[in-house]
Amino acid sequence: MNFDPRLTNRDFTSVGTRPIRPDGIDKVTGRARYGADFNMAGQLVGRVLRSPHAHAVIRKIDTSKAEALPGVKAVITAADLPDLTNGDSALYDILDNCMARKKALYDGHAVAAVAAIDARTARQALKLIEIDYEVLPHVTDVDEAFKHTAPLINEAIFTEGLEEKPVKPSNVHKRTQYGHGDIHKGFAEADFVIERSFRTEQTHQGYIEPHACVASVSADGTAELWVCTQGHFVYRQHCAQLLGMEASKLRVTSSEIGGGFGGKTHVWAEPVALALSRKAGRPVKLVMTRDEVFRASGPTSATSIDVRIGAKKDGTITAAEATLRYSCGPYAGMWAEVGAMTAFACYKLDNVRTVGFEVLVNRPKTAAYRAPSAPMAAFAVESTIDELAGKVGMDAVDFRIKNAAQEGTRASYGPVYGPIGIGPTLEAVKNHPHMKAPLKQNQGRGMACGFWFNFGGQTCVDLNIGMDGSISLAVGTVDVGGSRASLSLVAAEELGIDYSQVKAIVADTSSLGYNDMTDGSRGTFSSSMATISAARNAIRILRERAAQMWDIPVDDVVWEKGHALARGEKYGNLSPLSLKEIAAQSGTTGGPIAGHSELVADGAGVSFATHICDIEVDPETGSTRVLRYTVVQDAGKAVHPTYVEGQYQGGAAQGIGWALNEEYIYGKDGRLQNAGFLDYRIPVCSDLPMIDTQILEIPNPNHPYGVRGVGETSIVPPLAAIANAVSNAVGVRMTHIPMSPPRILAALEASASAHDA
Amino acid sequence: MAGVAVSTTINGDHVEYLCQPDETLLEVLRDRLGLTGAKEGCGTGDCGACSVIVDDRLVCSCLVLGAEAEGRQVETIEGMAHGEKLHPLQQKFLEHAALQCGICTPGFLIAAKDLLAKNPDPTEEEIRFGLAGNLCRCTGYDKIVRAVQDAAGVMRG
Repeated sequence: MNFDPRLTNRDFTSVGTRPIRPDGIDKVTGRARYGADFNMAGQLVGRVLRSPHAHAVIRKIDTSKAEALPGVKAVITAADLPDLTNGDSALYDILDNCMARKKALYDGHAVAAVAAIDARTARQALKLIEIDYEVLPHVTDVDEAFKHTAPLINEAIFTEGLEEKPVKPSNVHKRTQYGHGDIHKGFAEADFVIERSFRTEQTHQGYIEPHACVASVSADGTAELWVCTQGHFVYRQHCAQLLGMEASKLRVTSSEIGGGFGGKTHVWAEPVALALSRKAGRPVKLVMTRDEVFRASGPTSATSIDVRIGAKKDGTITAAEATLRYSCGPYAGMWAEVGAMTAFACYKLDNVRTVGFEVLVNRPKTAAYRAPSAPMAAFAVESTIDELAGKVGMDAVDFRIKNAAQEGTRASYGPVYGPIGIGPTLEAVKNHPHMKAPLKQNQGRGMACGFWFNFGGQTCVDLNIGMDGSISLAVGTVDVGGSRASLSLVAAEELGIDYSQVKAIVADTSSLGYNDMTDGSRGTFSSSMATISAARNAIRILRERAAQMWDIPVDDVVWEKGHALARGEKYGNLSPLSLKEIAAQSGTTGGPIAGHSELVADGAGVSFATHICDIEVDPETGSTRVLRYTVVQDAGKAVHPTYVEGQYQGGAAQGIGWALNEEYIYGKDGRLQNAGFLDYRIPVCSDLPMIDTQILEIPNPNHPYGVRGVGETSIVPPLAAIANAVSNAVGVRMTHIPMSPPRILAALEASASAHDA
Repeated sequence: MAGVAVSTTINGDHVEYLCQPDETLLEVLRDRLGLTGAKEGCGTGDCGACSVIVDDRLVCSCLVLGAEAEGRQVETIEGMAHGEKLHPLQQKFLEHAALQCGICTPGFLIAAKDLLAKNPDPTEEEIRFGLAGNLCRCTGYDKIVRAVQDAAGVMRG
């Protein structure tokens, strides 16, 4: 890779403007095709049978009656997805999650599937499948599962990361630890110490589009998959491995995606759809119901977190520690580890230690959810920080500013920071009019900070120049929220042409090299880096062609504002050649002109945000209302500021739902009781105020334009900001998310009876 | 089950189809007529992604039977623009970036059109409650509300 990704100072022409997105017109006219909007000739309808038990041995499955039903073309069980994982335990867990092999591990775990001529026949067939279950004791609560007495979910799990391998299996898959310094010494130096325990309940990403795909396996062993996904190349890899195919024989096309937020980074039903198609010999369309989406896809971890932080009288934090227990569903995970890494990332700490425990429970396999694991850790830490600031007698913002990480700070999770935005976001909040606005009775204001790593990863772009000089930009990162607009802006910027001359598409897996998923806020960061690289490669060719057309040395040709210019007085009679003019001659100067780029987009700049929230609490009912909300976040460089604002607003709204309403509620029988949008209530339009945003731009030194990922950080502060606001409004420290009316009432009553006593 | 013969009007065009008695209007639109602009987000009337207008009434097409469309006027997202000329709401949704993933957008546009037909000059609160039957998980609704406010102004002239 002959490409220098370092930041260069430049004045932007296209980047930073706000044009209409290229995929917009299809989305407002209903023409855009999502996962369920695609059909193939002869297509069957696939449906999945799911376990009603939270934990049960599958003794026997009898599919004969279902197979005999007219119109049924295939019935599959785990036997039709043989184990080809070759000892890869992570891949085995994916396989087992797609179709239970020996045990059903949660309410909603897939146990069999059918393909039939229509939905009614398929549903009828599911009822004819007979399964003999041996129901086992289950555990769905993270703290209960942590206990030695809890029902054991996987007998092969012996806690990793302990000094000695335990003699008995448990539900704790792994212990991880981060930090530096000496926390005992640090706490001994503290004048004030706050210690608190917190809980957050499990939430779902809540994308409005259920998982959907159309799978078509041909008799020659090749296959096609149309699917809504955040990463079609990763889906191809997983599906091909699980079905025993070569990756190149499986062509995966990503549809428009109706929201993912991390939930569409994992295969769920796609291998099942392919297995059904293989068995039936016909294309199969498989679309999850909303009930299935809740019971069997997503969600994020439920958590239980203990935090202890100490500070001197002058406000300097001397030590910080946290113990984080995160549920990861019935399989091994890495969620508490990520929480342990992010927990104290906003602060400059000499003595810090975080310990994470991955806890198995009989709930769906935990999936990534927007800055996965960080919001819960931030809730616990930022709540404690607020309380400690009060104890020290400092303003909450000033206390954070005093202890904020800076360039050169060693992060609690290891690396040393470059230029970062935590200090600037705090200063912006301190000076924001929102902080000075008056509050009325029963109202409270809270603020909190958040951090996310951001990710770069493998990325590939093709930039093809047509004979008419228009640009086809083929990218491999799925567009989850407007990245085709931002990448078109970047191509236009680099080539010096107008945005309208560029058309960006997301290419399928057979048309472009491998790309990692759109996760880690990497879509615009990494694909813009590859787009810049591809454009520079194209410019090199354009200069060569111009030199050829002029018959002068290529070193005398420069590229400026979309034109080749001959440099030097001796070429005074040569008029600039536009990209269009060069493209028009390409057939006679060496053929098609294109720029390609394959790279690993290293150097994703870390991201910080600080949020402010005003809340009103009704002391009689415990209900809450968000009155005002402000997001301040560092974008590095906002390529399309409107969509950056959109990311800030969307993350805040999801965080508001998580903080106040949303939670998975399990019955004693281990079944999910609110698997629908009526009972799992995400914020609606009338629940929210306008969400104000302030974009800061502290350039990322590792990207040519200074871009940082912006998608995830915005969901990190809200839980804590809102908890601090509610705590300030009611005068009681809120330690359990969501702060639903019954929990707020209970806190108020406990506080009142404590005062009475 | 025997199919039900239905004669109806969809986006101004006369349409006839056969459907099962238990088949929803959403299934008919999507699976029989190829009008996939209405989306199924839940199938239980909670998300509004399948919103259509039937005889001037905003409905979730997943809660209406295909057979109930007999003799009625059905309006879907596919009928909102006139040829290449976008409806002001469509244009303002684009200009304000009132969509990210876009799956909820057809439902929001239909619901907003219905809202403005009944209340051409709504307050922010009236817009927020008028669109409370439509779920969006991407935008936080801010830009949607602004787009509807702007479009209402344009439509009032």
